Amino acid sequence: MDWQAIWLTARLAAIVSAVLLLISLPLAHWLTFSRRRWTFLVESIVSLPLVLPPTVLGFYLLMAMGSRSPLGRWWTEWTGQGLAFTFEGLVIASVCYSLPFAVQPIAAAFAQVDRTLRDASAVLGASRWRTFFRITLPLSVEGVLAGVVLSFAHTVGEFGIVLMIGGSIPGVTRTVSIAIYDDVQALRYAEANQTALALLAFSLTVLLCVYGLRRKPWTLGPSA
Amino acid sequence: MDSGPLGMSATVDIRARLSAAFTLDAGFTAPPGFTILFGASGSGKTTVLRAIAGLTRPQSGRIVVGERTFFDSSTGVNLPINQRRVGYVFQQLALFPHMTVMANIAYGLDALPAAEQRDRVAAIAESFHIGGLLQRRPGAISGGERQRVALARALVTDPAILLLDEPLSALDHAIQSRIMADLRQWHQQHRIPVIYVTHSHREAYGLGERVVVMNHGKVLATGSPHDVLDHPTERVLASLAGFENVFDAVVIERDAAAGVMRCRVEEATQLEVPLAQHQPGDHVRVAIRAGDILLAAETPHGLSARNVMPGRVVDVTRQGPTVVVRIDAGCTFVVHITPGGAESMQLAQGAPIWVVIKTYSCRVLA
Repeated sequence: MDWQAIWLTARLAAIVSAVLLLISLPLAHWLTFSRRRWTFLVESIVSLPLVLPPTVLGFYLLMAMGSRSPLGRWWTEWTGQGLAFTFEGLVIASVCYSLPFAVQPIAAAFAQVDRTLRDASAVLGASRWRTFFRITLPLSVEGVLAGVVLSFAHTVGEFGIVLMIGGSIPGVTRTVSIAIYDDVQALRYAEANQTALALLAFSLTVLLCVYGLRRKPWTLGPSA
Repeated sequence: MDSGPLGMSATVDIRARLSAAFTLDAGFTAPPGFTILFGASGSGKTTVLRAIAGLTRPQSGRIVVGERTFFDSSTGVNLPINQRRVGYVFQQLALFPHMTVMANIAYGLDALPAAEQRDRVAAIAESFHIGGLLQRRPGAISGGERQRVALARALVTDPAILLLDEPLSALDHAIQSRIMADLRQWHQQHRIPVIYVTHSHREAYGLGERVVVMNHGKVLATGSPHDVLDHPTERVLASLAGFENVFDAVVIERDAAAGVMRCRVEEATQLEVPLAQHQPGDHVRVAIRAGDILLAAETPHGLSARNVMPGRVVDVTRQGPTVVVRIDAGCTFVVHITPGGAESMQLAQGAPIWVVIKTYSCRVLA
């Protein structure tokens, strides 16, 4: 089994999920509660990776990271190396690619929090921050968890975009799905099968944990 | 905090265009004590409360509570919601389902030291008899208890004004009156304006020192429940105040000496009503409460009531503890009687019956 690829993939997915969580909480909050008319514009852009072929997204990201683009040049000046075909480049690309998988469940969870609960919080003197951390977020835990798990799993499973941005550099950009592809190309079916099986087991375990641990949502049921 | 004797009135005078068809234009003053904001659903009562709390922003006008201006479009003042110190009990209560009763009540006391929070929660919980529930969650207590928790959560913050949006409408009468008794007791020590929204005229009679009647976003009448609801001057007011029978009528004669007028309703029916400033030929409306009409199975005689009319039962329906009988006696009367009364009279569709109405049960509207 290609332990190097598995470790690399796990690291990538963990970093991407963490970054996505930090980006998605404020973004989902804004998309859900903003009254601006052009939220639909941002919503559409965030959702683009859902419909775009990974090769198209990968192509444009590759262009953006190249030494002739402002982003690529700025990154090179700042770090002394290029962005394409590096682990950092892969993180950026994966964040873009998995963004809707984090934002959508979190936004949906925010939207289902009863509006009068937030009103009540404000009337009781709470600031927006306090209302978010004491009311909106705790009542959206499931949606936030779903967003994190989905972005982790989606990052583990991505292929096309890694191929475009990362190539297949062992220990740097060679993820599990690329490793399986390379094995199959080289007719090493036994090894491909081993890695694929490990990936399958991992995915199933994650989902079992999420659905198994899922608590019943808080409800104001009929009085006992 | 002690509230001054006169300074703590609330003055509301706001305009808000909520849709193409609905404009709120409401002005009234609520002195310390209970003010009932009364009207049918959709009349704008809740919007007034939301504007006072800062949850809805009016297009123009002024909201002043005590010495503090919450909103004034002419000077651009719009105090943020969380600085208004408003106690608001929402119609859906809006208890935080993921917190204990204790945490719910303490939520508005965030700025205080933990020890003082505990003391205040304990004191208010005792006043509202919920001391034993502090560790439970809202989902695990009864409807009446939730109501008490919502009141305690609003009042523990020592608000400058208390807004209650149909807080008791879902509870049975016995629980309602016990909670109201506790609220009145609390209010003895905290003379702040309490604005109580309801569409039930029973609550409006029972609770209020003052009633503000709203209809289609406008204030229709203001005064004591007795003045406003027993002597309605307009048709909408009459039906809001529980006059189920409102008839178009024409004055046919005046008898100033006897203090009465005769009116014709429809073609065949005549009613004797109290004397008012109307001349023969004037069109008036006559309002009669369904509960003020008597029924008799046989020809009644020797009564003081002047309006005795033969008719037939149109239909009999049961609405909760009330039996609603419709009777055709030239025009259709709606009559409320008790189930026992209905039983003993053996009311059946088409049965002959006598309708008996005292002159003073008939109110003449403008």
